[in-house]
This record gives sequence, C-alpha cells and structure tokens, in this order.
Amino acid sequence: MLGYIFKRVLYMIPTLFGMSLISFLIIQLPPGDYLTSMIATMSDSGQAVDPAEIERLKEIYGFDDPFYIQYLKWIWGILSRGDFGRSFEWNQPVADLIWARMGSTLVISLLSLLFVWVVALPIGIYSAVRRHTVGDHIFTFFGFIGLAVPNFILALILMYVAYKYLGQSVGGLNSPEFAEAPWSLAKVGDFLAHLWIPIIIIGASGTAALIRILRANLTDELHKPYVITARAKGLPEYKVILKYPVRIALNPFVSAIGWVLPHLVSGVTITAIVLNLPTAGPLLFRALVSQDMYLAGSFILLLSALTLVGMLLSDLLLALLDPRIRFN
Amino acid sequence: MNDLPDDVVLSVENLSVDFRLRTHILHAVEKVSFQLKRGQTLCLVGESGSGKSVTARSLLQIIDRPGRIVGGRILLKNGDAITDIATLSPDSNAMRAIRGRRIGLIFQEPMSSLSPVHTIGSQIVEAIRLHTNLDKKAARERMIDLLRQVEIPNPDKMADRYTFEFSGGMRQRAMIAMALAGDPDILIADEPTTALDVTTQAEILDLIKRLQVGRGMAMLLITHDMGLVAEVADEVAVMRFGRIVEHGTVDAIYHAAGHPYTRQLLASTVKLTRQANVGKPAVMLSAEAPSPVLSVRNLGKTFGYAGNNTLRAVDDANFDLYPGENLGIVGESGSGKTTLGRLILRIVEPTAGTVFYRNKNGSEIEVTRLGKKGLRDFHREVRLVFQDPFASLNPRMTVKEVIGDPLIVNGLAKGKELEDRVAELMRLVGLDPMGMERYPHAFSGGQRQRIGIARALALEPRIIIADEATSALDVSIRSQILDLLLDIRRRLNLSFIFISHDISVVRYFCDRVAVMHRGRIVELGEAKQICTAPREAYTKSLISAVPNPDPRDKRMMHRQRFVAPINS
Repeated sequence: MLGYIFKRVLYMIPTLFGMSLISFLIIQLPPGDYLTSMIATMSDSGQAVDPAEIERLKEIYGFDDPFYIQYLKWIWGILSRGDFGRSFEWNQPVADLIWARMGSTLVISLLSLLFVWVVALPIGIYSAVRRHTVGDHIFTFFGFIGLAVPNFILALILMYVAYKYLGQSVGGLNSPEFAEAPWSLAKVGDFLAHLWIPIIIIGASGTAALIRILRANLTDELHKPYVITARAKGLPEYKVILKYPVRIALNPFVSAIGWVLPHLVSGVTITAIVLNLPTAGPLLFRALVSQDMYLAGSFILLLSALTLVGMLLSDLLLALLDPRIRFN
Repeated sequence: MNDLPDDVVLSVENLSVDFRLRTHILHAVEKVSFQLKRGQTLCLVGESGSGKSVTARSLLQIIDRPGRIVGGRILLKNGDAITDIATLSPDSNAMRAIRGRRIGLIFQEPMSSLSPVHTIGSQIVEAIRLHTNLDKKAARERMIDLLRQVEIPNPDKMADRYTFEFSGGMRQRAMIAMALAGDPDILIADEPTTALDVTTQAEILDLIKRLQVGRGMAMLLITHDMGLVAEVADEVAVMRFGRIVEHGTVDAIYHAAGHPYTRQLLASTVKLTRQANVGKPAVMLSAEAPSPVLSVRNLGKTFGYAGNNTLRAVDDANFDLYPGENLGIVGESGSGKTTLGRLILRIVEPTAGTVFYRNKNGSEIEVTRLGKKGLRDFHREVRLVFQDPFASLNPRMTVKEVIGDPLIVNGLAKGKELEDRVAELMRLVGLDPMGMERYPHAFSGGQRQRIGIARALALEPRIIIADEATSALDVSIRSQILDLLLDIRRRLNLSFIFISHDISVVRYFCDRVAVMHRGRIVELGEAKQICTAPREAYTKSLISAVPNPDPRDKRMMHRQRFVAPINS
C-alpha cells in the first residue's frame, strides 16, 4: 500500500509539469498582454500613455522574451523560492493574494462536500429502495430542479428570501460591521450565519447528481444474489441494505472528492461573484480578463494540483473501501 | 393443527405464488404441496421457468417483488408447536428468526452470492452472531470450525480473504459454511453446483450430503440435472409450469415414471449417456487414409511476458480433424479449451506452433502465416457458434439481418436472393421462415441457438467450432440441438470442433475426444474409449465424476479422485 502511494505521488510530478506548461500556454494564447490591456483601459478613460514608460515596463516584465524564457523564469521562481511572480493589477506578490483566498475557498469547499454527502446519501438510498413511490417521485422532482436550475439563479432567489424574510445581510461571508474586525466569537457566529446560503447553492447540483447516481447504482445492486444471501441469513432489512448493496454503491461518493474540489473553485465562479464570496473563483476570473498572467497562471496551476490531490485522495479512499481495487 | 408425522419438519400445502405484472398476473407457483423429512433429501426438478426457485424462496419469504404468496400453508415444526410461515410478514422478527436459524439457503452463483467487499470470515461471523449470543472471539472460533467442516484448507488464514481470491468451488464451500452457521434443520440448495465443473460438483455434493446426514438435516435440492437427482435424492418432485406434475421416491420416478413429462425429461437425459446412433462418416470408413481438413501442430499460447508470471493457457497441442468428423474438446474451466478454439481461428494469436487447413481444392494452407485477406477467406470456411444464445445475437437486428449478415458482409447476396437463402437456412435449422422479420427476443433459448447456427451455416463453412454451444440450454432442448447439428453434419458434410465441459454432451455428439487439463491435451481417442475405458488418471477422475441418471447405480459417490502432481 505504501509503495502504491509513493508511486502515485511520483506519477504526479510529470503530470504537474505538463499542466504548468499548458496553463502557461493558455494564458499566453489571447493576443496582447497585460500592458496592451492596461493601455486600452487608460486610453478609454482619456489618460495619456507615455511610450517611454511602456517600453520601460515591458523590459521589467520581460514581455519581449520568447515564450519558453518567460515560462522558465516563472517556474524557476516557484521551484527555487516559492515566488509565483507578481500580480500586475494588484501590485502584490501572487502568493499573498492566493493564500488569502485559498483558506475561505477550502472551508466552503469542504463544507459543501459534507453537505452534499449528508443530504445525498439518505435520499439516494430512500429513492432506490422505495423506487416509484410518492416519496421517490418528490425527491426526483427536486433533484431535477437542482440539476436544471443554474446555480446563480438559485443564489439570487436565496439571497432575496434571506434578505426579505430573514432580514439577514447577504453577500460575502461576513456582515459589513465584521468585515475588517479581528476574529471573535461574534464574528464566527456571523460567519456561520452567512455560510448556509453559499453551501446550499454550491452543493445543490452536486447533491442532485449524486442522488441520481446513487439511486441508479443501488437499484442495480439491490437484486444481486449477495443481497438475497444476506436476507436469507436473517438480517434485519435496514442492515441488509446498509451493509451490503449501499457499501458497493458508495464508490461514486468517494470519487466525488476528486471532482468536487476543482469544481468548487472554478466551476462556481458565477455564483461566487453573485454572492460576493471572497473565494478564488472571482479573483481568477478578474485575472483572466485583465490578462494578469502570473496570477492567472498560478491559479490554474494550483487548481490542477488540487485536482490531482483530490484524485489521489479519492483513489486511496476507494482502495480502502473496496478490496477489489486494493488487490488489483 | 398438530397433525404432522414425526419425521416431517416442514410441510407445504397448496402453496400458490403470483407475480402481479403490469399487464397480467403470472401464476409462478400453483397449489404446490410437499413435505421435508428429517435426514432426507427432496429434489425439486424442472426446466428453467418452472417455478422451482420461487417455491424455494417463498419458504423463506424472500421472493422478489411483485411476487406474493396468495394461498396455501407452509407449516414449520417448532418443537411441539407449528408455525405457518405463509402467514408471517416478510419483515417480522418471527420470520427473521426462521431465516438462517431454522432454514439455511445455498444458491447457484458462487461468484455473486457473497459480498465482494467483506471478508469471507466476517460474513460468516455475522450469521453466527445473529442467531447465537457468542461474543466476537467465540464466534470467530466457531466460524473457523465451520470452514474446517466444509474442508477449506488453512481456515484461520482463508477466513480473512475476500471472495475474489477464492475459486468457484471454494466460494460454494464458504457459502455452505454460512448456511450452516445458524445450525438449521432444513437446508435449501438452489442449483448449488450448476456453475461448477463436474469434478468440483461431485466434491461439493459429496460434502453437502455428508453434512446433511451428519446433522440430520432435511434438504430441499433444486436442480434441472436428472443425473444429479439420481445421485442424491430420496424423493423427487417434478415441476412444470408452476405445478408439481409428479411426486415419488427416486426409484419410482426413474424406473416407473407415470407422467409423460417426467418420461420425456428422463429420456432426454438418458439419451445423452450414450453415443448418438449415427454411423461413422463415410470418409472415415473408407480404407484409404483420408487427409485431415485441419491439422494442429505444437500449438501454444503463453500469456504474460517472459518470467515467473507467465500462464501457459495452451501448451503443445496436437490433433487432426478429418472431413465429416466431430472432435470434442473437454476440460474443466481454466483448462485452456476455449483458448485453443480461438487459437485455431486466430482470434487469439498463438505464440507457438502451426495450424494447417486443407481448403476445398485440396491445397494446404498454413493458417498461422495468413495475412489479413487470407484470414478472411479462412474465416468464411471455419465458423464459430457461441455459448450464450442471449448475448450472441444483436437484439436490434431482425432474424433475417442476423442470419443474412455474413452474406451481406461478404457481398454474396442481396434482395430477393438474400431472402431466399435466409429462408432456406432457417428451414435447415428447423425454424419457420415466417419468423424472419421478428427480433431475437421473440424466440426461446433453443430457437435462438438455432438462429446462431443458421448464421454460422450461411457461408457454407466446412468446419464449425462450437464453444459450449448447448451449455445454456435445458436438457430436452440440448438433445434437440445436438440432433440438429448431427443432421446438418450428415447433410452438408461438415466437421465440428465441439468444445464443452459437459462429458455427456461430448459423448453423445463426438467421434473422437481430446481431454484437456491445465493447457495440455492429456488424452485423445475415440469417444467411446475415453468415456468407458479412459487410460489417463485425470480422464478417469473426470469421467467418474459425471452423475449417472440411475438411482440404482450411484456412480458419482464412488468416483476416483485425481490429485494433480505439483509443477506438472
């Protein structure tokens, strides 16, 4: 098992390298660079642009270097001294910007994942065992709504409800009065009060998807001979279901870790913008628009790394859960 | 109500089970009555769909929805009292106390009837702890003792293994251990050996029988194999269309059957204990030595790369196939017989040896050297018939498309001509050409296998390789298909390579038989000699494990065992 983990981690290195190359390539793809977009913005607002100043900036940032030199400089900075470069727009080291956002992103991601599991598991089992009953139809109906309605619409509706009927301040993770305050018990309470909206919204589609997957998988398993064996032993019905078929139908739940993390960071960007969440999504979006290349590149690289870690985690958990995987 | 004879533990009276389907009600079991007696075995025999499994499951109230017991009583003796299982709710505590504790169940699929994600030991311990109040440690000891009773070697180590690390026979042993965990007085075995090889089947049955006698259990054995029934049954009930058509002692059923269906069932089983009564093909009787149509020399296939992990699936196979001859290849699962068939067709590329084929013009072709084009021509003359009549036909093609497909692919016929040819082929295999526009699902298993045969015949092949072509069929259908193949051989002068694990089928159908064991052909000879006077130890053990459909001559229980030499 240890050897397996070691091997998996080793395989991650070339994958990460490839990903860094591709992410750097992608942010270089659109024509122009940060300076051209800055010049465009400045001319739009009627400011004069000094050509000499631009030349000086170009030199500092190394925009005239060929692609591979720029890439090597960047990657060498990361490897040798953990320097992800500077954000042009924020005029701050990229690392500082990212770490500030990563904390809240991770908290929201993990809580959403937990929410998805806690809600999807019992509903999925219920739907499979009581297939084609009124309860199943109701859950199926809401499941499809969760799948079909875009997250940001759901976000707007929930914000409206929370503001109008619960009188809550919405948007962000803290009320304005706490925004700059140091952490205290009151601030934590306020934080938790804000948390439920983004968690429900971000988790909605994932929950719906997992309910459907679990229902389908479990339905297949329910009629396998080993379930009949368990029943013929004299086990109570709930134990028959929970211990045997559910255990086997659980695999997609664990696999979910692999895709939930990157999905939460990048996939729910619009929701995060609507809700004004201080997560990574909006920052990445902003960086891409303004061609703030080191910030965007580092973000994409970090997301790739997160995806890989998530995949590794879910594979290890799967192996723990299912001996058939462990022994192959 | 206490009116059961002393030795009766369970009495089923007029049991009826209905399945409420969307369009109609299916009477799966109708007014079935029988009694299970202490220390005795009742065999419930019937072909697929006769309702025998549903009957067995209703004793435990574990019928799948929408099945329901709609009438009758299932009386279980409970000390001095009597419980009517039919009146208990399936979810009740009383019912659960009967499952596993009073009635144990073993069933067919040793592959899927145990959970793949729990260790064997934990699944048995669970059953033990359900019905006793042993603590974990004592339950584990009890479990290891049970595994020892079912003759699993190193029980303390094997207990912590998973099912996929067990062979089919070992899994069935573990399953038996689990069924015995609650120390039941009734054992239901639903086709317990159908998925196993003959030698494993003999061992498992032997084990079940010994345990049953040792513990004085009553047994309900469900099977479609009349040979097996003769070996183990005390009493027999024959089921057809949900009803018991005949019931009696095993001797009465076998030697004085009253119902025509019983006689028909027996006849088709007994028929397969002899060789088919068709003369040798003319070519083989002629004085001049005929030249073989197919010659296999030193053929071999090694899987895996060089090193310790290689598997010699087929090792140094040699044989000739003469025109008009049926050559059987028998062996247990994993003996390499299927691989050998595929090597001849080069569906799997051989790693050693050669295959020669003599075509219509009499010139010899080295199959192992053919290019793509040559191989296609070869495949036109050597066709394959598959085992599974359900999976080998595309459900979205009509029968005409299925049978005509090889003709279209090879550009040989179309339009009216194609239709005529398909009709001719359907008549040849005994199907009504009117059905050619229908889809495979409209046909029964035997009819589908006929469609598969018609497809194989479409290109007028000279050799047909049939891989377990009758294994999935009921006994009566099986002998019909074999007779059809014999008839076709006579009419079209074909040669067959008939791959099977079923000795009775091979004995009936083949002129010569090759016996395979661990990738090697251990014995090759006339079918009659192999089946009556085998020379090699392995063949002897194989033949003696075949159940004999005569309760007065229980051969299987006196079989010869073969212990394979290590590193052979």
